[in-house]
Amino acid sequence: MSEKDREIVIPGEIIKEGDDYLPGEGTRREGKNIVASRFGLRDEQNKLVKVIPLSGVYIPRRGNLVIGTVADIAFNGWMMDINAPYSSFLPVAECPRFFKKDDLSEYFGIGDLIACKVDSVKRKGVDLTIMPRGLGKLEDGMIIQINSNKVPRVIGKEGSMISMIKEATDCDITVGQNGLIWIKGNKVDDELFAKEAILFVTERSFVEGLTEKTEKFLEEEIKKRGKTKKAEVEGDVE
Amino acid sequence: MSKYTKRFDGRKLDEARKIKAAVGIIPNADGSAMFSFGDTIAIAAVYGPKVMHPQHAQNPEKGTLRVNYDMLTFSVTERKRPGPNRRSQEISKVTGWALEPVVMLEDFPNTVVDVHITIIQANASTRCAGINAAALALAHAGIPMRELVSSVSVGKLDKTIVVDVIKEEEDYEEGEGATDIAMSFTSNSGKLTHLQIDGKISAKELKEAVETGKNACREIYELQKKTLKGVGEK
Amino acid sequence: MMVSNLTKQRIHDYLKEGKRFDNRGLLDYRELEIETGISINAEGSARVRLGKTEIVAGVKLGVAEPYTDHEDEGTFITTLELVPTASPKFESGPPRIEAIEMARIVDRTIRESKYIDFKKLCIKKGEKVWSVMLDLFSMNDDGNLLDVACIAAVAALKDAKIPVFDEESGRVKFGEWTEQKLPLAKEIPLLFTFHKIGDSVIVDPVVEEEESSDARISLGLLDGKINALQKGNSESFELEGVYSIFEESEKKYKEMSKKVEENIDKAIKRAKGD
Repeated sequence: MSEKDREIVIPGEIIKEGDDYLPGEGTRREGKNIVASRFGLRDEQNKLVKVIPLSGVYIPRRGNLVIGTVADIAFNGWMMDINAPYSSFLPVAECPRFFKKDDLSEYFGIGDLIACKVDSVKRKGVDLTIMPRGLGKLEDGMIIQINSNKVPRVIGKEGSMISMIKEATDCDITVGQNGLIWIKGNKVDDELFAKEAILFVTERSFVEGLTEKTEKFLEEEIKKRGKTKKAEVEGDVE
Repeated sequence: MSKYTKRFDGRKLDEARKIKAAVGIIPNADGSAMFSFGDTIAIAAVYGPKVMHPQHAQNPEKGTLRVNYDMLTFSVTERKRPGPNRRSQEISKVTGWALEPVVMLEDFPNTVVDVHITIIQANASTRCAGINAAALALAHAGIPMRELVSSVSVGKLDKTIVVDVIKEEEDYEEGEGATDIAMSFTSNSGKLTHLQIDGKISAKELKEAVETGKNACREIYELQKKTLKGVGEK
Repeated sequence: MMVSNLTKQRIHDYLKEGKRFDNRGLLDYRELEIETGISINAEGSARVRLGKTEIVAGVKLGVAEPYTDHEDEGTFITTLELVPTASPKFESGPPRIEAIEMARIVDRTIRESKYIDFKKLCIKKGEKVWSVMLDLFSMNDDGNLLDVACIAAVAALKDAKIPVFDEESGRVKFGEWTEQKLPLAKEIPLLFTFHKIGDSVIVDPVVEEEESSDARISLGLLDGKINALQKGNSESFELEGVYSIFEESEKKYKEMSKKVEENIDKAIKRAKGD
């Protein structure tokens, strides 16, 4: 389905008549019809109708890669701020074995940024883990924050957008599903370039043909900056 | 015959002032909106859902909607003292009740959604403009909602029912004088979520006033809808 | 959300290379936008945006008794509220010390620079004078609310018209205005806040930079002279650093005052045209 067919819908609006479709996220069934329960883009695929959010706070899902800030230290783990409407916790049991329980502040202190995965989402709160490879404290680099609903545009289809930005800017980039993005380059200018490129995408999230436009933007910027383009693409992002 | 036959500003009896709306006006907020009836301008900013503090205020069943209505000191002809007063606190509470029936916060236990309504410029119907802006801002913030809410004030001036009263009409003293009726309805199911009366009115007239208000809310809803659907168009 | 250690560290790293988070020069201000006449019941009002930071200001006039030690002078009150509309950091309730401090600095900048000629606001010596009430509200906080508040204050004061005073009843006829403007000086007062972050000094910080600030100095100037100053935040300054800030503030005033004034005058003209 192309972008053009994705219409903006509002709460209470009937978005599908008849009962041969299933109500997906952000929708509900009312009698014979499917009605939107939130503001967003109507999306219809394989007999499923849902509303893709355009705005709003980050809602964590199991398996999401997020970047969180340590808010407090408890005896058995860290209270984390992941920008979500739930209290979030990283238990020491979800950390590599060498973590000792006596002084947790030795590992992560208040205000530190941790790349983690969402392990579970329960009514009481969110549990995080750093067991999978490549997770843990972000030691260097810069952080920017965007609206979490724009994350899919920044990543692009199968990571195409973010790969393009990484290649053009020579930066290592990790995009948290909660809208926090970590950028690490060899030079200050490279990081600032990557930041601008990401903001270019988020500010135009409604625009059609965004990939081509971003490509052009990157090429022009590279010329302006007198940067030599590196062919190699490093790292990947979910 | 009623003494009030011609409105102070020349509007038809069932005609609201020029209404305007916009969303996304406060960059920091999760959702925001402006709604105006002529010279009455309200803005609303929504933050949340976020974990409620202090903990003892948390509701483990569902999220809490918390409304805070206030007028800027210079929004009225005679300067208002800064900060909340008894009037603004009551309006905050009533506005919360007007919106709660459509807000679905069951999936957000122990959280709070803050709605901050600010009256920038006032010429009557400020609470109605505030409710319209708040409904827009909540939707804009991606809060799950059954439908929208639209609000309008209806006046009875002597015996005449009019839509969207202005200051001069609130102060009308001839005949039976002025009765001010503020009301809000759900946008699709047409249910009443808010009703307040100041004045003197019979049950029959009140029924007529409510029907008039409900009709007037259709135009308001159409604007709310158009405003949200226009997001991203530039 | 609080500013992370990493972001603070990066701000320091960048500044060492003379660069900023958003690519601006160290002493560059963001884009300025001014609207006046945003609230018709006010005697004067304005909305000022600097980048994403926004303040609305309103002026109301009343008639009051003068202070006994200034029998022939009008009175002046400034309030500033950090309303929760502007940021998840702000809470409803009585103004906190941050807001009170900002209001005081704006007040001193306007008062001490003699921007308002209070003698001309005397109606009857010892009995009745105009009282000018300036109220400032934050609408969106992306750093540097104080400097923006001062611009908004000046714009609202310049926009203000004096209401009709009914001598017989001794009361103001609210909602009716004369064509008379407030008696203001020719030059405008402006505030410039300099932040020390590590070994660098910047102006017009965004929120992340403001939260990384070690120490700050706010200077209120009119016609190139310093009228008010406040040193804030926990760290100290080297004297030499302070002296160069004094000089820099004079330069900034020269550079900005005409631009701000033109912007305000244009906004007032535009509002009249509507």
